[in-house]
Amino acid sequence: MTKSQLVDAVSDRTGHAHKAVEAAVHTVFESMVEALNRNERVEVRGFGNFTIREYKAYTGRNPKTGGKVDVSPKRMPFFKVGKELRERVDGEQ
Amino acid sequence: MTKADIVEAVYARLREQGAYSKRDAAEIVESVFETMKDALGSGEKIKVSGFGNFVVREKSERVGRNPQTGTQIMISARRVLTFKPSQVLKNLLNG
Repeated sequence: MTKSQLVDAVSDRTGHAHKAVEAAVHTVFESMVEALNRNERVEVRGFGNFTIREYKAYTGRNPKTGGKVDVSPKRMPFFKVGKELRERVDGEQ
Repeated sequence: MTKADIVEAVYARLREQGAYSKRDAAEIVESVFETMKDALGSGEKIKVSGFGNFVVREKSERVGRNPQTGTQIMISARRVLTFKPSQVLKNLLNG
């Protein structure tokens, strides 16, 4: 499922105009990105939580050549799946 | 940020577009997450450009340990959900 298929599905389900749903879906993800960029966690009950993890600089290795690579400090988004979604993913075989 | 804050952001955006109530915004946001849960529940992958991909992965059965007692236990095969952030999001967070 892509973002545009998500828009189609939500428009069908709710009966709201495609154009409005498109703007809404865009805003859902944009607002989450903005929150994460402020180092804020995003909590969606039943779905999961997004948090920012800070990584310090480290010396890594290029697995192909074995050469040393200096990795700068970085911030990465991390998703922890919520209980309901975790059970649904594992349950419906 | 919680779902209520997301609803506020969507409501502000929808008002520019016409006569939408906060209830409409809440309904759409609810439907977005429900639709994603339905897709992931049936094992489908979700790709959100500029955000990331949600992928259901099959894990085979393996032997694990109770970290408290050291006892070996069998961990059954299961499906888990992973999120892979997009390069666009990673760049933005480190820009």
